[in-house]
Amino acid sequence: MAQKLLLGDEAVAQAALDAGIVGCYAYPGTPSTEIMEYIQGSAEARERRVHSQWSTNEKSAMEEALGVSYCGRRALVCMKHVGLNVASDGFVNSAITGTEGGLVVTVADDPSMHSSQNEQDSRFYAQFALVPCFEPSNQQEAYDMVGVAMDMSEELKVPVMLRIVTRMAHSRANIATGATRPAAPVRIPQDLSRFVLLPVNARKGYARLVEKQPEFLKRAEDSRFNRLIAGPDRSLGIIAAGIGFNYLMETFGGEPCPHPVLKVSQYPLPRKQLLQLFDQCQKVLVIEDGAPFIEGMLHGPMGPSDRVLGRLTGQLPRMGELTPDVVAKALGKEAKAGPPASSLLRPRPPRLCDGCPHASSYEAILEAVKDAGPGHVFSDIGCYTLGALPPYNAINSCVDMGASISMAKGAADAGLRPAIAVIGDSTFTHSGMTPLLDAVLENSPITVIVLDNGTTGMTGGQVSAATGRLENIAAGLGVPKEHIRVFEALPKNHAQNVQALKEEIVHEGVSFVIARRECIQTARKAK
Amino acid sequence: MKNDIVLAGVGGQGILTIAAIVGRAAVGRGLNVKQSEVHGMAQRGGSVSSHLRLSSDTIWSDLIPLGGADVLLSVEPLEALRHMAQLAPNGVLLATDVPITNIGDYPDLEAIKAEIRRYPRQVLINADQMAKDAGSIRAMNMVMLGALSCFLDLPVDTLTGTIQDVFARKGDKVVEVNLKAFAAGRAAGQTVER
Ligand SMILES: Cc1ncc(C[n+]2csc(CCOP(=O)(O)OP(=O)(O)O)c2C)c(N)n1
Ligand code: SF4
Repeated sequence: MAQKLLLGDEAVAQAALDAGIVGCYAYPGTPSTEIMEYIQGSAEARERRVHSQWSTNEKSAMEEALGVSYCGRRALVCMKHVGLNVASDGFVNSAITGTEGGLVVTVADDPSMHSSQNEQDSRFYAQFALVPCFEPSNQQEAYDMVGVAMDMSEELKVPVMLRIVTRMAHSRANIATGATRPAAPVRIPQDLSRFVLLPVNARKGYARLVEKQPEFLKRAEDSRFNRLIAGPDRSLGIIAAGIGFNYLMETFGGEPCPHPVLKVSQYPLPRKQLLQLFDQCQKVLVIEDGAPFIEGMLHGPMGPSDRVLGRLTGQLPRMGELTPDVVAKALGKEAKAGPPASSLLRPRPPRLCDGCPHASSYEAILEAVKDAGPGHVFSDIGCYTLGALPPYNAINSCVDMGASISMAKGAADAGLRPAIAVIGDSTFTHSGMTPLLDAVLENSPITVIVLDNGTTGMTGGQVSAATGRLENIAAGLGVPKEHIRVFEALPKNHAQNVQALKEEIVHEGVSFVIARRECIQTARKAK
Repeated sequence: MKNDIVLAGVGGQGILTIAAIVGRAAVGRGLNVKQSEVHGMAQRGGSVSSHLRLSSDTIWSDLIPLGGADVLLSVEPLEALRHMAQLAPNGVLLATDVPITNIGDYPDLEAIKAEIRRYPRQVLINADQMAKDAGSIRAMNMVMLGALSCFLDLPVDTLTGTIQDVFARKGDKVVEVNLKAFAAGRAAGQTVER
């Protein structure tokens, strides 16, 4: 067994390689990005020709992987939590078709929203789709689980979720790796109707999924990742899910926890152990990262129950990620914090790099829309979202990928003039093309400004599917040639860029302006 | 043995290079390591920190509890103040006094320095200048690593050996500059008793 110092993300990637995947499918998104990047950098993956190109969005990634599974071969899909919203159609329906080759969907949640719009908890999605879910407590378990999840997916013919969180994904630990399994050959499914979700087949598929539920429960109850650990002090029982288990153990500084503990790392919730814990203890504290998922189920709709403690009853904060400190506090141990915060302290928010092309674009946009007053610029997600902060204060929305164009169109429908959408190149190919087609179909008076820095900047500079294609995509979708404009986002072009923007903003139809200049970080790396 | 270190700085300064070298050296010695990192949004010039834990026993949490850090190492003076609550009662504060003033209301540098100096066990150095003297300002992180080395339960030649391995492909000259920077930082660190 080799020992390696790997990020949680990298442990997942290495485990998937060792489990014999033929492809990894993903769109970048913090904190999941390093899974694919590890596979792209792996000599072993290259040698075995494991697929490792970025997909255009999470939905296509999910479905491409399902195509691999259809052929009886193994695939890994990775995304950040909000990526699963985009992929959810394929995800939920892949539970109905079922799988052939092992299919593991790794979703990286971001409690505390370090780099995200929300802190949604993917365990709800696994429950909703009726599929098993694994939630590692540490990086070694993440490695071990991927193999178990792949086997289970293949054996029970169901996609399996692996749910990780930021601290798991972005923390390194020593990992012992195991043997590599060879990839399976291509094999057409025996029952071809299974993948044709016409109602007549879908009902059968859904019935099959429902029938598997007791088996999923049995697997969770027998799982080596779920454990009821005895403790002498039965005044309180503890359920510690995923990474919450580590914070619990940290609290007792290497000594065993005095209370009975149910460690949960595989779902559905292991009912047998749960009943045992509630038999032993009158009160149970639930420690879980993200939403009060387990806790909410235990309270039920008639709650709160006075036997269940956690985020909903004030022992732990209702929102935000777990830390060793909040867990210690929930167990009645006050943190012994060092010196108090200095009065000199100032926040240091992220900002655009010096010389960033988006800065030049925002200077031009601000001047071009000056006369319209504030409130006309819808935007999107990427480095350019930092244009919402001083000194620019240039954009008025950032909701979900692609929403700049759709919201601008809706606002134009409602009568707002001008209505402007500012979107990054990668975000545009991710989710901006379909709303642009909507706008073209109605010749909506909107101006779409694509900030084309030639990369997916926010997540660290991955290739962008838009590079070299934007003009053709816009033309292909039906934007008139004379309203597809390109300018170079440089300070010295300021006056002419403002002029071009002004001309398009007054146009009573769809305009598509490409503000182009390479991201300076990518340019630096290329040198 | 157990060493808990909080590393702090500004996105882009490369605190992870320090963490990576210590982590690699520790794994080489058969120790358990956990090292949390910051990726994503904050890397665009915002505050970043990394928690690095070395131990001969199991390490549970990826994060160091408040008041639990044996060392707080900051490659920027204001960022040192941000993480003071992490320091253990007898912890050591290592900081460079070279500011990164990418915010509009950066406080008075002399006031920040005075506050750092008020802390009983601290090393406040101009790591940029020391790196320049060693041959390249880019070796600033190695100066800080040198200072840190005085408070780690790792033999110093394990660390210098790892520095050699990590920079070997950049040529002998780069290795030499980094080792010199490391030695200068180590000398500065030795002014505080372990
Ligand atoms: C559905 C979804 N997937 C992924 C992300 C993560 N994410 C945020 S911005 C971004 C890419 C931005 O690239 P681009 O639009 O080219 O803008 P840039 O950062 O280069 O300015 C990604 C992948 C997300 N927030 N939502
Ligand atoms: S990484 Fe590139 S796109 Fe993002 S802020 Fe820096 S220069 Fe701009």
